[in-house]
Amino acid sequence: MNAIRAEGLVKHYGEVRALDGLDLTVPEGTVLGLLGPNGAGKTTSVRIITTLLKPDSGHIEVNGIDVLRHPDQVRRIIGVSGQYAAVDEYLTGHENLEMIGRLYHLGKRKARARAEELLERFNLTDAAKRTVKTYSGGMRRRLDLAGALVISPPVIVLDEPTTGLDPRSRLGMWDVISERVRAGATLLLTTQYLEEADQLADNIVVIDHGRAIAQGTPDELKREVGGERLEVTLGSRAEAQSAQEILTKVCASEAIIDEAAHRVHAPVTRGSWALIEAVRQFDAAGIEPVDIGIHRASLDDVFMKLTGQAPAEPSTEQEVAA
Amino acid sequence: MSAVAMALQDGWVVAKRNLTKIKRIPDLLIFSTIQPIMFVLLFAYVFGYAIPTQGVNYREYLMPGIFVQTVAFGAGITAIGLAEDLQKGMVDRFRSLPMSRAAVLIGRTTSDLLNNVFVVTVMSLTGLIVGWRIHTDIGRALLGYVLLLTFAYAMSWISAYIGLSVKSVEVAQSAGFIWMFPLTFLSNAFVPTGNMPTFLRTVAEWNPISSMVLSLRDLWGNAGQERGTGLPAEHPYLLACGWIALILVIFVPLAISRYREAASR
Ligand SMILES: Nc1ncnc2c1ncn2[C@@H]1O[C@H](COP(=O)(O)OP(=O)(O)O)[C@@H](O)[C@H]1O
Ligand SMILES: [Mg+2]
Repeated sequence: MNAIRAEGLVKHYGEVRALDGLDLTVPEGTVLGLLGPNGAGKTTSVRIITTLLKPDSGHIEVNGIDVLRHPDQVRRIIGVSGQYAAVDEYLTGHENLEMIGRLYHLGKRKARARAEELLERFNLTDAAKRTVKTYSGGMRRRLDLAGALVISPPVIVLDEPTTGLDPRSRLGMWDVISERVRAGATLLLTTQYLEEADQLADNIVVIDHGRAIAQGTPDELKREVGGERLEVTLGSRAEAQSAQEILTKVCASEAIIDEAAHRVHAPVTRGSWALIEAVRQFDAAGIEPVDIGIHRASLDDVFMKLTGQAPAEPSTEQEVAA
Repeated sequence: MSAVAMALQDGWVVAKRNLTKIKRIPDLLIFSTIQPIMFVLLFAYVFGYAIPTQGVNYREYLMPGIFVQTVAFGAGITAIGLAEDLQKGMVDRFRSLPMSRAAVLIGRTTSDLLNNVFVVTVMSLTGLIVGWRIHTDIGRALLGYVLLLTFAYAMSWISAYIGLSVKSVEVAQSAGFIWMFPLTFLSNAFVPTGNMPTFLRTVAEWNPISSMVLSLRDLWGNAGQERGTGLPAEHPYLLACGWIALILVIFVPLAISRYREAASR
């Protein structure tokens, strides 16, 4: 069964066509990564799925419930965290979560207990009794995500949950998110990072200008755009040619050489293993690379490949609203 | 749980949340009382000697007017609070929860009402200090306060509608209040309407503020001899209650439907 099913979503803001016939399906218990640059229509999709916005046309169901007809029933089974943390600055972390629990009608005692559990899980126990005004951006984001999980909802929708987080908080966030999925939840998350979609998602839909331009599993998509590649820069053309042979062997795939730049690269699947093996063989052959490393395909690469152009300039909305 | 029980229960959760903010920043409350106190003092001592009111001391005449004006302006903060919730994404958060669609508005208007109760208390004390007195019995005195606060509550719903329409705190800070200047000054709140040109006088007499003020003057024994003409002068209670009912009947559904489709941007 599909936990989320959207068909032909169209939404205009005045002249702007934010969604242009978007279809999405998320099978129960899986994770869909909605990947796209700024302005692609990610937030608009999320707002429609979470009952906050009505599409101009299209059909949308969550767990078989028609979102447009029975928004109240949908709200009882979803957990939402928007693009910008929506937490009350004048309340403490604990009060914020308790309030959400009360509004889910958990009752006072249960709402409190749940708030404590979540604060613990998100490493906010020490800050639980401080007003959110004193929280860092990362702490607010975590508290907001905790708010989405108050009832352990079967369907979770997160809009750029890790944008603006430092790498360590991002890893922590990934942990918590994966935990919910292992517990059986269905998740739709939007992101601008291919790496994040790769880490968390079972399926990825790439959107641009409100339309899906590619979809598939992370592996399918990476295969299509090249995925990870091992890239070496050498000191001379001769060295580059020797390196090409070694890389072709190590990566079990034809290495490509850029003779002018003395650079060689080849696609890899087990990146770090290939890196070590290549370094070992270069050493044995007496080749000393100027630079060597693994490069991940980025969203830009995906776009370059799919549309033949880099994503449109990020709109400024991101910075303004943060 | 019935829809009404849920609206009240959720509304109270939201009201408590709003009151927590006042508790954390008590300056808000202090500043919301400074303006009305200043008004009482300025009007009492500056205009008090210039505005003739027959049969009653100007300060006595003035107090019901200032009370009504103050709670009307006090209701203006409803617009600011809701615009802020909208701007900061709290309305989105609330709208994604399975709570009553009326709760955020009930909660906000309730906490603003409690704010107004505090302001009215402080003003009553100030009034007593400058020489204002209630000359009737305790029953009518209380009835006056109940009428005043009911009016404040109704005004809050107009303000709620404005706050959800303008969507930004900065705009709400002016849009929530400008219209209250003509509304409160074009009335019998500060000056008797008898000397106004006919057209203005008619408008002023039918102004809901005037009906409220006249009702309070009657209930508290602060009325002078000159009370206007026609129906508004003869039946101030009827008109005051009618206006309150009309405001609620129009603006409660209007504000709730605004909330249902409110979007932060
Ligand atoms: N409230 C709005 N008014 C006008 N245009 C909007 C509004 N919200 C979004 N848009 C426009 O719709 C498009 C999609 O926006 P959005 O869904 O926020 O994209 P994303 O979340 O992928 O960055 C963009 O061009 C954006 O500028
Ligand atoms: Mg967005």
